[in-house]
Amino acid sequence: MPLLTPPAPSGTSFTTPRPTGPVPQPAPIPADRLLVEETIPGGSAVSFVVRRHTTLRLTALEAGANISFLCFNRAEPVDRYNMADTLKGQHTSKLTTGCMLYSDMARALFSITGDTLGWHDPLGGHDTAAHVEKKWGKKNYQTARNDWHRNSHDHFLIELSKHGLNARDLVPNINFFSKLSTDSDGRLSFVPNHSKAGDHLDLRAELDVLVILTTCHHPMDTRLAYGPAPIRLQLYRTDPPSATDYCRTYRPENERALYNSELFSL
Amino acid sequence: MSTLIYTESSLTPADAAYRHVIPAGDFWMHEIKAGQVLRILDLEGNQAADTLFYAAADFRERYSAQDTIRENGGIYLTTGTKLYSNELNVLAEITADTCGRHDTLGGACSCEANTLRYGHGTRHMHSCRQSFLLGLMTWPGSTFDLNKRDIPANINFFMNVPVTPEGGLQFADGVSSPGKYVEMTARMDIVALISNCPQLNNPCNGWNPTPVEVLIWNP
Ligand SMILES: [Zn+2]
Repeated sequence: MPLLTPPAPSGTSFTTPRPTGPVPQPAPIPADRLLVEETIPGGSAVSFVVRRHTTLRLTALEAGANISFLCFNRAEPVDRYNMADTLKGQHTSKLTTGCMLYSDMARALFSITGDTLGWHDPLGGHDTAAHVEKKWGKKNYQTARNDWHRNSHDHFLIELSKHGLNARDLVPNINFFSKLSTDSDGRLSFVPNHSKAGDHLDLRAELDVLVILTTCHHPMDTRLAYGPAPIRLQLYRTDPPSATDYCRTYRPENERALYNSELFSL
Repeated sequence: MSTLIYTESSLTPADAAYRHVIPAGDFWMHEIKAGQVLRILDLEGNQAADTLFYAAADFRERYSAQDTIRENGGIYLTTGTKLYSNELNVLAEITADTCGRHDTLGGACSCEANTLRYGHGTRHMHSCRQSFLLGLMTWPGSTFDLNKRDIPANINFFMNVPVTPEGGLQFADGVSSPGKYVEMTARMDIVALISNCPQLNNPCNGWNPTPVEVLIWNP
């Protein structure tokens, strides 16, 4: 194995242009690479591990879907998705193809290798019981059974606990399939029905990653009735990022994040 | 065009109950009782004061950047902004601001993040998250075994990080200058942790980190 050496600094990232070539589009998953697929009902939560160089495809099965998403370096969960480093390092306030999800320790956890939507929200946070009750009223399990009103905050705490984590690990999350727009004064507004049925994105793991996600509403969702959309999860085998990989070359920071993940995986 | 709102304070430094100058690269951790007012004063201009807040009674409740921007409806912090916790309680409220805008998306520098942003040659330079960690690890009032898990996304007072309608994140010229300040009134008993940023690789502070002063007034 060749000696691992850090990528050379490439001038200041403040002035590095974005790549101008064609943006890769997600392709159909080859049948012999598909490992598992599962449908998650709206309002639910799930946690699982995505192995290094395996890709997680998330597909919206109805319009207006939302996935509130957390991820952790599975070997050291104190090393977790870091919103600020991810946004600052890539000079972006949205997530789409080319972006990586950086961890607290400056490693690449996931690369977004394909996306039919173009914009996923890293800013809005997640909904709580109070948000849901204020908008759509309270429906508990006793009276509504499986039609009760659920929220991401409670789900996150439950799923974190299953992995030995707790509220201290509930850091800023991503909302896949949702978009917030901002005006020149920085005012935020929710874009209704941003995603349509069939929209999907691919997340290639660059380390073994623990994922916790919910299929609850975005906390700023403006629809009149409670009704979170179902999601399909698929895991499929992919190759490690090549020297010319789109995400690797998207930013010089991404190359260095991949190097940090390589170092961790020696 | 965007608007900056300036609000002067009626408080005078001579009446402050507490004053302390934080040198560049140093940290400051201090309890602020409900009703007390904390001022952070940018002595020489465009210095980042990376700041975290915790509920004094339970550090698991702490400042939340996402909850703060969502509940206030906007990404910039200024007079009138309520600083929310992860439990959706108001920790403090910004009650005066002569700078006009502060950042809560950019986070704090770390040795590791410096390798991403500026290259691996910067790995051993001083950084804000080293200061945060030392603050948490040596905080005497805590029974919570504080550590890296307790560093959420922070506020960068005096930093200007505009978001564009196209989804870009810019590092714009500073809107602060010598003598600008921001003041907040604690709405519960909180602990503030400030790292006065030592970053030498970034034009935001003109590659020259400088001291800031903190002042506290009793209600
Ligand atoms: Zn810093």
